[in-house]
Amino acid sequence: MTEKRLKTGSDFTWKDMEVGNIVTEVGNASVRKTGDWRTKRPILDREKCTKCALCWIYCPDAAIKPSEEGYYESDLYYCKGCGICASICPAGAITMIEEEEK
Amino acid sequence: MPCRSYNYDRGGRKMSKRVGLEASHAAAEAARMADVDVIAAYPITPQTHIPERLAEMVANGELNAAYIPVESEHSALSACLGAAAVGARTFTATAGQGLELMHEVVYVASSMRYPIVMTICNRALSAPLSVWGDHSDAMAVRDTGWIQVFCQNNQEAFDMTLWAFRVGEDSRVLFPVMVHFDGFHLSHVTEPVILPEQKEVDRFLPRFQYPFALNPDKPMTHGAFGPPDIYAEAKVAQEVAFRKSKGVIIQGFKEFGDIFGRYYHPVEPYKTEGARTLLLTMGSFSETAKIAIDTKKNKGESVGLINLRLWRPFPFEELRQAVKDAETLIVFDRCISFGGPGGPVSSEIRSALYNEKERPRGVSFVGGLGGRDMSVKDFEYVIDRGREIVEKGSEELFETVGIRGKVTGIRG
Amino acid sequence: MEGKFIKIGKNRVTADEFVAEGHSFCVGCGEALALRLACKALGRDVIIANATGCIEICTSPLPVTSWRVPWIHTLFENTAAEISGIEAGLKILMEKGKMPERDIKCVAVAGDGGTSDIGMQALSGAFERKHDFLYLCFDNEAYMNTGIQRSSATPYGASTTTAPAGKLSIGQTTWKKNMAEIAVAHDIPYVATACPSYPFDLINKVKKGGEVKGPAYVHIFSPCPTGWRYSTDLTIEIGRLAVETGIFPLYEVENGRYKLNVDRPKIRPVEEYLKPQGRFRHLLDEEIEKIQEHVNEEYAKLKAKIACFAA
Repeated sequence: MTEKRLKTGSDFTWKDMEVGNIVTEVGNASVRKTGDWRTKRPILDREKCTKCALCWIYCPDAAIKPSEEGYYESDLYYCKGCGICASICPAGAITMIEEEEK
Repeated sequence: MPCRSYNYDRGGRKMSKRVGLEASHAAAEAARMADVDVIAAYPITPQTHIPERLAEMVANGELNAAYIPVESEHSALSACLGAAAVGARTFTATAGQGLELMHEVVYVASSMRYPIVMTICNRALSAPLSVWGDHSDAMAVRDTGWIQVFCQNNQEAFDMTLWAFRVGEDSRVLFPVMVHFDGFHLSHVTEPVILPEQKEVDRFLPRFQYPFALNPDKPMTHGAFGPPDIYAEAKVAQEVAFRKSKGVIIQGFKEFGDIFGRYYHPVEPYKTEGARTLLLTMGSFSETAKIAIDTKKNKGESVGLINLRLWRPFPFEELRQAVKDAETLIVFDRCISFGGPGGPVSSEIRSALYNEKERPRGVSFVGGLGGRDMSVKDFEYVIDRGREIVEKGSEELFETVGIRGKVTGIRG
Repeated sequence: MEGKFIKIGKNRVTADEFVAEGHSFCVGCGEALALRLACKALGRDVIIANATGCIEICTSPLPVTSWRVPWIHTLFENTAAEISGIEAGLKILMEKGKMPERDIKCVAVAGDGGTSDIGMQALSGAFERKHDFLYLCFDNEAYMNTGIQRSSATPYGASTTTAPAGKLSIGQTTWKKNMAEIAVAHDIPYVATACPSYPFDLINKVKKGGEVKGPAYVHIFSPCPTGWRYSTDLTIEIGRLAVETGIFPLYEVENGRYKLNVDRPKIRPVEEYLKPQGRFRHLLDEEIEKIQEHVNEEYAKLKAKIACFAA
């Protein structure tokens, strides 16, 4: 995901305010890079992964996405590193490593 | 019960007709003729005849509207927010404590720009509990950002309610409107009211087209919260838009007059040409005060009356114009602003005139609290005593009228 | 991803995300997950009225929004009244031909504080008037967004900032208010409890609630790592333990008929649920015993109701 800048109030003069402060741009908060919050990162072992998609459904941030080969991978732009995916993976295919590790 | 003997022409159509109606029933009739979509109201004296009459209309099929018998005033106005947000023409009514209970919602309605119309049967605020009329409920919502007008009589209760939909819903405005009329003195008193024909109403009031209606076809977010880096801009934008609405307010008055024959103005002078002493009143007492003016004028006194109709946005220009030649301006309030500058209206009038190079001497009177009546003689007294204070000064910050026992101790 | 579905076992779940990625819920938030799942159950043809609280704050900071469906927030305690107005407004506009007829689900979203405390009056009124709406209570058992203050949904013995555990107190001294039973007492067509640890059960119940004609209430257990003080990766496990210990049983009440969705021959000891959470860390054995007794009693009562009013 290319990094656009998240809109903030500082971008607006009073004249730019919509009537009633209504936001008409659907879902525009999705520019926020919550991946910056992370202290741990999930790593997928494709050998062990059974493509069950449980990690996908249990992610509170919708940060796990299906990939072309049918695996489910964390979108590091959004992943906050909570570790839920690693904790619930029935195949033990996901491990959390420290964010500083490469 | 209202007198319901309408005339019918040969084709069986109802004709514009003069009937006896309480202001409550007149307001309900205006909402009916406006083809309101949603009514969410909670009963409170002296407003009860409004939701009762509307419920009766819906039950009899005279009005096709969703009637929501909510469980409190806070929920009443909250339901109205929801209804307006999906584009429904929305109406409610309340008084006194009810208006106070919905206080936080009142601010939200205006800042979210939902054009709800609400009639208030002005009632005194507790404590002690009083179901009777004064303006303390209205004064408590001065700063809430609603367009607000006051009515002198039941005809105006009907007219202003109809006008309110036209102005509030205008795409250049989109602000809610409060129509104030006095509890009991108007809400429960039958007066002759001219009801227009439906086709005239339809010509005056276009269909409501809310540009931001919540709909899955065009998802929007209403009511996002305001972090410090944007809240101030939002409020300033609201204020500027609110002041701009005056243009449509005036246009609405004119259009109303052109179609129905009755012209209203933000500030309505009564026999003020050349008058040295002016009395300013709001609401039903204006009519009583006018008789006092006539009585005094017949005795050769130089007096006149100003009826203040448009309360918010405050008509600074019209007020300054109306009082520019007077020496004395007596402002009559039906509310005390405790420990403050006397009557709230008086303090606003003074503030409006403060920077004028020439302005009349001001006197503040408070009376008519909690249903206490003001007679013609009482208003004559107000004018006399007002002139006396201007001449001789007074130790009190403001005067009271109609209170048993001499009032002292109103000091700064 | 429009129109795509993901298959998990025999379940098909839409790949659409109605709350955009990049929201600002806490790391590991159970409520965020519950909301995500609920929105998948509801789809696009909704209007959501949201109370002030975690969900509202994390999804709608001006000038941006996480919402991809129509959404409104006004105040804290009036969500049920607001949705009443939305529902009645839509209905009458369609009836009067002022808008085209279509199916739009009216959904109210609120936290436990905005439901069982300050929002109780409006909810009771909306239930009584039998509006056609779905009310989702996301229960993280305190006023989490404002800093973990107690609510009537805070469980006995939990430490919160306004009912903290201390030398003279064990924290919350009252038992959790049973909102689901209060909803049942209003005689509405559908009441259910749900938990994001059982995602398909939750999705199914929210879908059912949305389809029911009349008021529907789903009470959704929302584990909160920040307020309950447990490691962020344990959210799903904590939710499972709440159900398996009988502390938060999963059941449905359809037109007064009860059905238990998840049962075990013997419920697990409550200690297994309490121990991992910092908010219960101060509890002594006798207090845990008291909680166990209470849970046993409540669970037995529920089983009796289920036997008596079986679906």
